[in-house]
Amino acid sequence: MATVQQVPLAEGLFSFPDDPHLLGSRCSQCGVHTFPRQEDCPRCSATAMEPVELATTGTLWTWTTQAFRPKTPPYLGPESDADFSPYLIGYVELPGQVKVEGRLVETTADQLTIGQQMELAIVPFRQDGDTEVVTFAFRPCA
Amino acid sequence: MDVAIVGIGIYPFGRHDGVSASQMGAFAVRQALRDAGVDWSDVQVAFGGSLGGSLPGGDGGGSADTLVTHLGMTGLPFVNVQNGCATAGTAVTMAASAISSGQQDIAVALGFDKHPRGMFNPESTAIGLGAWYGQAGFMVSTQFFAMKINRYMHDYGISQRTLAKVAAKAYRNGALNPNAWRRKPMDEDEILNSTMLNYPLTQYMFCSPDEGAAAVVLCRADLAHRYTDRPVFVKAATLRTRRFGSFEVWSPWLPLDRSEGPAADASRACFEMAGIGPQDVDLAQVQDSEAGAEVMHMAETGLCQHGEQEELIQSGATEIGGRLPINTDGGLIANGEPIGASGMRQIFETVLQLRGDAGERQVPGNPRVGFTQVYGAPGIGACTILTR
Repeated sequence: MATVQQVPLAEGLFSFPDDPHLLGSRCSQCGVHTFPRQEDCPRCSATAMEPVELATTGTLWTWTTQAFRPKTPPYLGPESDADFSPYLIGYVELPGQVKVEGRLVETTADQLTIGQQMELAIVPFRQDGDTEVVTFAFRPCA
Repeated sequence: MDVAIVGIGIYPFGRHDGVSASQMGAFAVRQALRDAGVDWSDVQVAFGGSLGGSLPGGDGGGSADTLVTHLGMTGLPFVNVQNGCATAGTAVTMAASAISSGQQDIAVALGFDKHPRGMFNPESTAIGLGAWYGQAGFMVSTQFFAMKINRYMHDYGISQRTLAKVAAKAYRNGALNPNAWRRKPMDEDEILNSTMLNYPLTQYMFCSPDEGAAAVVLCRADLAHRYTDRPVFVKAATLRTRRFGSFEVWSPWLPLDRSEGPAADASRACFEMAGIGPQDVDLAQVQDSEAGAEVMHMAETGLCQHGEQEELIQSGATEIGGRLPINTDGGLIANGEPIGASGMRQIFETVLQLRGDAGERQVPGNPRVGFTQVYGAPGIGACTILTR
C-alpha cells in the first residue's frame, strides 16, 4: 500500500512534519508577536520582525462551534451538507506571545472550559487527490 | 456650521426579486427628496454606497453612475463609499463634514444593497489574509460573533436567556415596523431552542443578509426651516478603525493585550463632539448582527457599564417603553442586513422617533436625543448623535 503523502494547509504556517511548531514573528523593537509571520509591526510600525517558533501549549481563551457547512468558495472542506461534520474553533493564548485561532480537536463542546490547557496538534483537514492536506489545531492537554 | 437632516427615505428591507440594488437606492433617495421638498438638481454633493457587488453573487449597484442614471445626470460630485457594514455611517459622516466645512449647503447620503441568501462568504485574500484562512473554514463572521460573546458571558455573567430576550425584543419591535423584514413575534423559548449555529448563538439570534436602501437629505442647519418645521440635527458623526489589540472578526491571531474596539472609540469621540454624555441619550440603535452584539455594544458605546446589561435587559429597560429603548425598529435581527443600507436605516428610524412619527413603536415622552452605532468588518465603527 502506498504511503499517503501529507502536505500542510499552507507554506509558512507551521513546521512539518518534524517537530511541529507554529511559525510566528517577533518585533525586535517592541517585542510584539504575530501569527502568521509578517514583515512589519502592527503595533509600533517598525519593519524589523524576526522569525520565531511559537509555544506549543497554552490556555483556551474563547471558543465556539461551527454547526453548518461554510460556503464554498472559500471553504475547501466537504462540498455537501451530508459529508460535513460540525467542528470546533477557538483562540488559544500562548504565554508571552499571541492568541492563535485554530480548530479544536479530540474534544466536544460539552467538555470545553475557558482557561483549560491546550496543546498544538497537526491533523488531517481534507483529501486532495492522492495527498492529504493537514492543518494545525489544538487539543486538550493530556 | 451645524448640520440638519431635513428628509428621509427608505426602501423596505427584505427580499425583492426583480428589483436591483440601484433601483432601491434611487427609490429611497426620491422619497427623502420628497420628504424634504428638495429637487435632485438642488443637491450639491452625494455620498453613498453598497457592498454587494464586491461579494460573490451580490448586486451592489456600486458606482455613482448607476445612481445618477436613475436620479438625473446633473453633474454633481458623487462619492462612492465602501466601508464594510459602516458604509452608511461613513457616508453620513462625510456628508455632514461637507456641509459643516461650508463647502456645500445640501447633501444626500444613502446606502443600498442586495445580497444572495445565506451568510456572507468573502475570500480571505480580499481582506489581506492568506487563502488558507478561508479554505480551512475560518472566514465565517458568525464564528467571531459567537467567540466574542462567549468570552464576554464568561467575563461579565451574561446569560444565554438574556441573548434570547434581546432577539425576542427585536422580533416584537419588527412586528410594529412596516418596513421590517421579520414581522412575526417569537418567544424566548423558541429562540433558545432553535438550531445552535455557533455556540452560544442559535439561529434566531442572528440577523440574515437581505436587500434594501435608505437615504437622508442634509443641509446647513440655518437653512433647515426652508424645508421642514421638524429638523433633526446631526450633533456629531464619527468614524474609527480598530486599534492594535481590539478583538475583531477574521483575526487569525490576537495580541495578548486587549484594547477597546472601534465602537468604544467612535462613540467616545462622538459624545465629546456633541458635548453631551451617554446618560442624555433617549433612544439608541446599535449594531445587532446577533443578540450578543447588541449586549456588548451597549457597554462599548458607554450607554451602560460592562456587566450591567443582564439586569437592564431582564428588567425591560431596553424595551420601547423602558428607560433606554434600543433598536426600536427591530434592529438588524428583524430588518436583516443589506450591508450598505443598514446604518442609514438606524438614522431613518432615529429621525422618525425624534419627529414623533414612529407610530405604533413610538418611544413615549417626546425623545430629544438619539444615538446610532454601526460596526463593520474588519474593525470599523461609526456613530451619530441626533437631536431635535
